[in-house]
Amino acid sequence: MAILIDQTKRVLVQGITGREGSVRTRLMMEYGTRVVAGCTPGKGGRVVHGVPVFDTVAEAQENVGPIDISVIFVPAPLVKEAALEAIEASIKLLVLIPDRVPLYDVLEIIRAAEKRGAQFIGPNTVGVLSPGKGVLGMMGGTAESARAWFKPGPVGIVSRSGGMSASTAYYLGKQGMGTSTIVHVGGDAIVGMPLPDVLKLFQADEETKAVVMFGEIGTSQEERVAELIERGEFTKPLIAYIGGRAAKSGTRFSHAGAIVEGNRGTYEGKVRRLRQVGAYLVETFNDVPQVTRRILDGAISL
Amino acid sequence: MARLHEYQGKELLRQQGIRIPRGAVVATPQGAANAAEEIGLPVVIKAQVWTTGRAGIGGIRFAETAEEARAAAADILSMRVENFPVEYVLVEEKLDVEREFYLGFIIDDSERRPVMLFSSVGGTGVEDIAQHHPDKVAREAIDVIEGLHAYQARNIVRRTGIRGRLQVQLAEVLEKLYLVARGVEARAAEINPLVLTADGEVVAADCRITVDDYAVYRHPELGIEIARELNHPPTELERIAYHVEKNDYRGTFYFIQLAQGFRAGEGYIGFHGAGGGGSMMSMDAVTRWGFKVANFCDTSGNPPASKFYRAAKIILSQPNIDAYFESGSGVASQEQFHIARALVKAFREENLSIPAVLRLGGNGEDLAAHIIQAYTRDLPAPVEVYRKDDSADFCAQRLRQLVDAHRSTERTPVGIPSTPAEDAPPHEPYAFDIRTGTITFDHAKCAHCETKICVQACVPQILKLENDLPVLAITREEAQRGGCIECLACEVECWFHGQNGARIDLPIEGLDEYRQKVKRTSEAVESVVPVEQ
Repeated sequence: MAILIDQTKRVLVQGITGREGSVRTRLMMEYGTRVVAGCTPGKGGRVVHGVPVFDTVAEAQENVGPIDISVIFVPAPLVKEAALEAIEASIKLLVLIPDRVPLYDVLEIIRAAEKRGAQFIGPNTVGVLSPGKGVLGMMGGTAESARAWFKPGPVGIVSRSGGMSASTAYYLGKQGMGTSTIVHVGGDAIVGMPLPDVLKLFQADEETKAVVMFGEIGTSQEERVAELIERGEFTKPLIAYIGGRAAKSGTRFSHAGAIVEGNRGTYEGKVRRLRQVGAYLVETFNDVPQVTRRILDGAISL
Repeated sequence: MARLHEYQGKELLRQQGIRIPRGAVVATPQGAANAAEEIGLPVVIKAQVWTTGRAGIGGIRFAETAEEARAAAADILSMRVENFPVEYVLVEEKLDVEREFYLGFIIDDSERRPVMLFSSVGGTGVEDIAQHHPDKVAREAIDVIEGLHAYQARNIVRRTGIRGRLQVQLAEVLEKLYLVARGVEARAAEINPLVLTADGEVVAADCRITVDDYAVYRHPELGIEIARELNHPPTELERIAYHVEKNDYRGTFYFIQLAQGFRAGEGYIGFHGAGGGGSMMSMDAVTRWGFKVANFCDTSGNPPASKFYRAAKIILSQPNIDAYFESGSGVASQEQFHIARALVKAFREENLSIPAVLRLGGNGEDLAAHIIQAYTRDLPAPVEVYRKDDSADFCAQRLRQLVDAHRSTERTPVGIPSTPAEDAPPHEPYAFDIRTGTITFDHAKCAHCETKICVQACVPQILKLENDLPVLAITREEAQRGGCIECLACEVECWFHGQNGARIDLPIEGLDEYRQKVKRTSEAVESVVPVEQ
């Protein structure tokens, strides 16, 4: 098993005829993702890497049948419209790749998704990858690198950083530990599927025996992970690293979500809460594989 | 700068019909004295800075006379808040305060909705209020499609025990604040305190608004120059960096300064990260080894080498940094040789005199490491390059060792290295524009070149040989429109394998002026020091 993506899911790409959309569609398919249709307004009738393109999402569905997931590659100012269109067409999982999507657009997408029972990952995400099964967005740059770097196995990875999600998987793999699924929730202040939501999915996934989480300063996601553990809704071992110990308050550190405001979202606060509930906090990132190894081997009981 | 100053926020409140105190923004003590007389005494004088707790550091002062206003403004305008000067003060009528309230608006990331917060107790921070008077704080999530209804606003106020006409008055302010916040796409907005005056009016005595950085482009009316949330007004170098970012949409270049005015040997380094999370993790690693980062920088999203180069030049323009550290996630999907060439170009132009450790892990890392090793060997300072199997922590430790060794062998020159003298003008120039600069081949030199390495090295293969000289294989327009991907390979390879006939000019608006100014200032400081001794 894996979460969110595997070889059976039928995937639509919105913005498939754009530069990013076209390149990533090819990479996703090379890795094994089942891309069944593309959508770009005004470009219906084209074919991109063998995938038929439609003017609207509804039209795509009428022609290719039900779609499980839509991956959105349109420019940031157009993301809201694209997402609302996919939600309206009853697609239940969206992946919003673009960076710099305005916050209120995201809030509107959230309301629409809530009403229709849809979920979305991102915005500002590199995506999701289940080693050997499929990828949404892209990780690893090329299918070849992705195959070389990411191996299947028992560790779930969830991260607020795209680069660190890939490197965590790589460093675990180097020590012989494979991953079930790698999820980059996105670097923004408000994301569709924050860390605790992904942990719930890993909890339900039999293949996942432990989870490595790359958190960051800012937002309340890590604190809510602690609440989740406290409520007994996540019971697997959690190995966590929090980035931004050296960051200053009141300043955004590149990611829109990486900002400490007053006493909210501090490194110390997150570490304290996660330790309280028994998560294994790693202070130096390169200790992550070693600690995970010991936990998997049962050397540490949490 | 997606934060608005108090006076800017208050103007938005006024436009929406919320009462604000009579006041004026001034930049001089005399201006403050004049404003005080015009507004009517007594007045309050408030530093226009983005940090909280202004009162505690003397940033808010009252004045009974114009002379007092002048003196208070002079004090405040000479203050530095977190090392940044106070440029403006707001002079306002002193309110006759009957009662204070707190009103706040935030986008709550756990509820994933805008939330309105109201407290019948004002003045201090909302965390304090919530802790000491939980019964006096009400909060309500707002449906972003529906907006805030009048009845919701009245219910929020009612829950803190306020009734009657005051309830209606305050609820109106809540509704209006929501409209202001929604209108400018604010991430947060706060009126603290919201004041009931002795004559029964509700007045916003303070205002803090933070606009969503990503929505700034939709609000030209706000005149926000730099859409970056900082705790200080943008520095000159941050402005220069922001213009690089704004003029080149390829990839991300994020640059902020965390310290200024430090001296060489204090352990401040130029920090060049790649990817938001990897940058933060690397910053934490280098901090653990006793360094302080002068700046935070993130280049990611696959920018061209030219943009990496500009980032490196801007980082190296910070005076008195002791070292250069480049590190990201370590397993980058972007091809690492682009950044390698960019760093070679920047380091050679600067004749790098401070140690550098570069962690170029990910796709193309072997070529990247080769480029760095081969082409920085002759620089005055050591440059070490590492790959994905070397941790950020290990690289930070190496930097520590290099800096310590470098210090004991040779004094690092103070200040920024002077820009090397311009090369002699080419004898037979063949030049064409690329997207953000110009490439010039000196065909007089190229005629003696046996390798013609530039043509082989060109990644998009837009060069060809004509009469045995390198020229464009595409039109000039195509080269300028992006046919040249600005990978810098032709120039870098030519230095080592050709006749030094290729030259790429990548101007950075305002950087030369900035460096000259920094140089003049440091020379002035040096010339003052002996006099004091």
